[in-house]
Order: sequence, then C-alpha cells, then structure tokens
Amino acid sequence: MSEGVTVRFLPMGESAWLVETDDIDAVLALDAVLSPLASAGEGVWADVDDLVPAAKTLLVMARPTTNLADLAAEIRAAAGRAGRTAITGTATTIEIPVSYDGPDLQDVAEQAGLTPEEVVAAHTGTPWRVGFGGFAPGFAYLVGGDPRLVVARRAEPRTRVPVGAVALAGEFSGIYPRESPGGWQLIGSTDVVLWDADRTPPALLVPGTTVQFTQVRS
Amino acid sequence: MTRSVEILVPGPLTTLQDRGRIGHLAVGVGRAGAADLGSYLLGGRLLGNADGAAALEVTFGGLRLRASGDLLICLTGASTPAEVNGRPVPRAALFEVRDGQELSLGMPLAGLRTYVSVRGGFTGPEVLGSVSFDTMSGLGAEPVKAGQVVPVGTRTVGFPVVDVAGVAEPPTGLVDLEVRPGPRLDWFAHPERLAQTPWQVSSRSDRKGIRLEGEPLERVPELVEAELQSEGMVRGAIQVPPNGQPVIFLSDHPVTGGYPVIGVLRPAAVDRAAQLQPGQAVRLRWDN
Repeated sequence: MSEGVTVRFLPMGESAWLVETDDIDAVLALDAVLSPLASAGEGVWADVDDLVPAAKTLLVMARPTTNLADLAAEIRAAAGRAGRTAITGTATTIEIPVSYDGPDLQDVAEQAGLTPEEVVAAHTGTPWRVGFGGFAPGFAYLVGGDPRLVVARRAEPRTRVPVGAVALAGEFSGIYPRESPGGWQLIGSTDVVLWDADRTPPALLVPGTTVQFTQVRS
Repeated sequence: MTRSVEILVPGPLTTLQDRGRIGHLAVGVGRAGAADLGSYLLGGRLLGNADGAAALEVTFGGLRLRASGDLLICLTGASTPAEVNGRPVPRAALFEVRDGQELSLGMPLAGLRTYVSVRGGFTGPEVLGSVSFDTMSGLGAEPVKAGQVVPVGTRTVGFPVVDVAGVAEPPTGLVDLEVRPGPRLDWFAHPERLAQTPWQVSSRSDRKGIRLEGEPLERVPELVEAELQSEGMVRGAIQVPPNGQPVIFLSDHPVTGGYPVIGVLRPAAVDRAAQLQPGQAVRLRWDN
C-alpha cells in the first residue's frame, strides 16, 4: 500500500464516525496513523477518546462537543498518509504455549482437509498479530495466520467455553480470556493470563502485537 | 469519622455508576457508566460533586439504606416515592439524611432507574479509573448487597447553589425517541417503517440493551442471508438482528457487534430510553 487507505464515512451518531475500508490490512494501516494522533491530542484530536478497529471498519469515537466535519477532514488527510510504511506489528512478540488438546481439533482438521498434526503445524507455523479486540476484556482477534485454517463457527455455540481455550473462527484465531459462552472451534488450551486488571496495560494482547503459538506436550 | 451508608435492602439491582471507562474499547472493555447519564450528571451537579463521583443506580426502586454520619443526598431519574425515617423527600432536590437515619425508596411511579447521589460521591474499587459495574464483562464494583457498607468520598468541586431542579418526570405512556440514520440504513428494505411501527419495550431489556417488539423490519432481498463483519458499536445504536426486532444499545452494550445498525438515538433520547419500563410504548422519529 503506497497510495494511502481508501475510506468511506458512515454515520454513527453525533460524536463518532464509522470509517469503512477495504479489508483488515487497511484498517490496521489506518489505525497505525490515527492512534498517534489520538494519543497526542492536538486540535480536533483532543476530542477523540477511543478508536475501535474491527474487520473492515474503524470506529472513531469523540466527545459530544466535537465538530464531526472537521474530524472527518482530519481522518481523510491521515488516511492519505497511511500504509506508506509496512505494518510489522509492535517490536514485541508474545509467545503463547498451547496444549493442542481441544475438542474440535478433529473437526477443524476435517474441514481444512488436513491431519490434526498439520493443523497444529499450521497454527504454530506462522506468526499471528492482534488485529482488534472486542467480545470480552482481553480478547484479541488474531489475524495473518495460515490461510488453510479458515473454518466456520460451530453450528451451535457452547454455553461454557473454559478460560484459556485457543480457538479458530473464519480467518481469525483467539484465546478466551475468561469462561464464557462461545461458538468458535476449540483446538487447544493455554495457561497465559490474558487479562489482569492490576497489570499495565491490563490486556496482554493489544492491537499490533505479534503472537507466536508454540506447542507444549504434556 | 468516615461517612458511609449501610445497605439494608438492595432492591432488584443497585449498582455503583459514574461516567464509565473511557479509552479501552480497543481491548474489549466497554464504557459502562450510568444508563441515564443526564439524570446521573444532574444529581452530581446539584450536590457540587466533581466529575467522576459515583452514585447508586437503583433499578426498579426497593433500596433501603442507613446513614453513618450526616449526608446530603439527591434523588434524580425515575419518579420514585422516597422517605427518610417515614418523612417523604422530594425528587431532584437536596435533602439531609442524618447519622443513623434511614432512606427508603418505593417502586418507581414513572421511569425505571433512580440515582441516589451523595455529596462527595460514593466510593468503591475502581477498575481502569471507574467503579461502574459492567453487566457485560463483570468489571467494576459488584452490585450492592444487604449488609454492605458503601463509603462516601470527598470528591467535590464547590458548594451546592441550587436546592431544587425543575426537571420533568419520565413519561408513563407513549415515548418519542429521536433517531438519526445509522451506518447500515441501506441494509433495510423499508427503513421508514422504523418510524411508522408502534414498538413495545420487551421485559428482556437490561443495561446492555432495550429490546423492542413489533412488526419485524425486513432487509433488502439481496442482503437477507448476508453476514456483516463485526464493527464498533456506540451507546444509542439500534441494531437489528435477523428476527427484525430492534435493540437499542445502552451503557453495557458489546464493544463490537455483527448485526446492522439502522439508526442511532440522539444523546438525550438514550437517557429517556434508559427510563423505559417493560411494556411501555415507543415511537422512533427520524431526526436528520
């Protein structure tokens, strides 16, 4: 991407824009230029207090007093500068040791046309990165994995997914930060603590972080 | 002496709320905060409290508490009969509850959520700068229980200058809510029907959202089976799941959602929505 990011402005109330782009890479490129502006808080950016990157959109949330037309102009200008440097994630790589003992490993293998061992090799073979958060505190949608691992959600969500479950859905991988209902395919489990309110920041996986899964054998 | 209140009866749901957590949506932490933000802010303003001083959000009344130390209190939001040691106290006005006296709230006559604000604000365990209990994530101070002692803080910025505020009571009948077009308006075959349909508030409504019941809204034929990728949500957004029944998001809404948003309520309309009782009639009005 050397031409900037194409953005479409969709209305989301009186103090936010839902900025739509072409794909997750464009969202992350846009997030990478907007985050420093929001943090520095100069001019209209002083009013912006949350950015919510998602699969194809970035929600820019400001205070009720903000001038939305000015904000849109600033976002458009920043989008034009986005993506001129390659997005490589943050300098930190977080290693997540996983026991590949999930109840859906066999189903995932069948869907993907692989053996369970090949699923494990694919999941650990490519570094993922945190695309965006959501769902629950500490949950991260991981992107950039092996394209053979694109799988459908379970037809019927589980009412109880255990904390630390490592899962797949669509092109995403994720780890459940606490026990909750969930419809993703469970392929393993980890002991890594994803959310700790006493830690700064509380979330282990923040947008941009690189994640490397490794297999532990029990 | 540290001032506090002892909860004698908590009512169906009473939580500590302030403005909520700002700046953590990207890691899945919603804002929470008072459901009827306007009423919460009014109580704090009348008492001369600082921004961020917490109040008790009482859903469907029923709270009884005992003061430890002399307290200056204000009730805002729902129109709820209230007494201090058997003597009626007014709404949106300051009154004293002296050491050992009991404040009790009845059932709301109009509206749903009463804010019990105290001069100095209530205090509790903070998570990311807020005590607000988030019913979605479980973050923040747990709902209050019988026997619990809730300390009163010292977060004031000045002295009260107004004793009584002239604010209307929440309406008991049909409520109009102004809505602006949302990001996925074009997913709907007849978006004008959002404003033409008489809606009713479902009993399955809570701090996450108000579910409306009525003639289902239909998608345009080519998007009936379409999946929208999850996207960021805001308080006041009206999401329409495949069953066509709209959900108005309140303070504890999910950070992201995968159903199309047809419209977004104007801020004052979100506060009014937070006071709707189950079964109440609602009309949505386009306000471009």
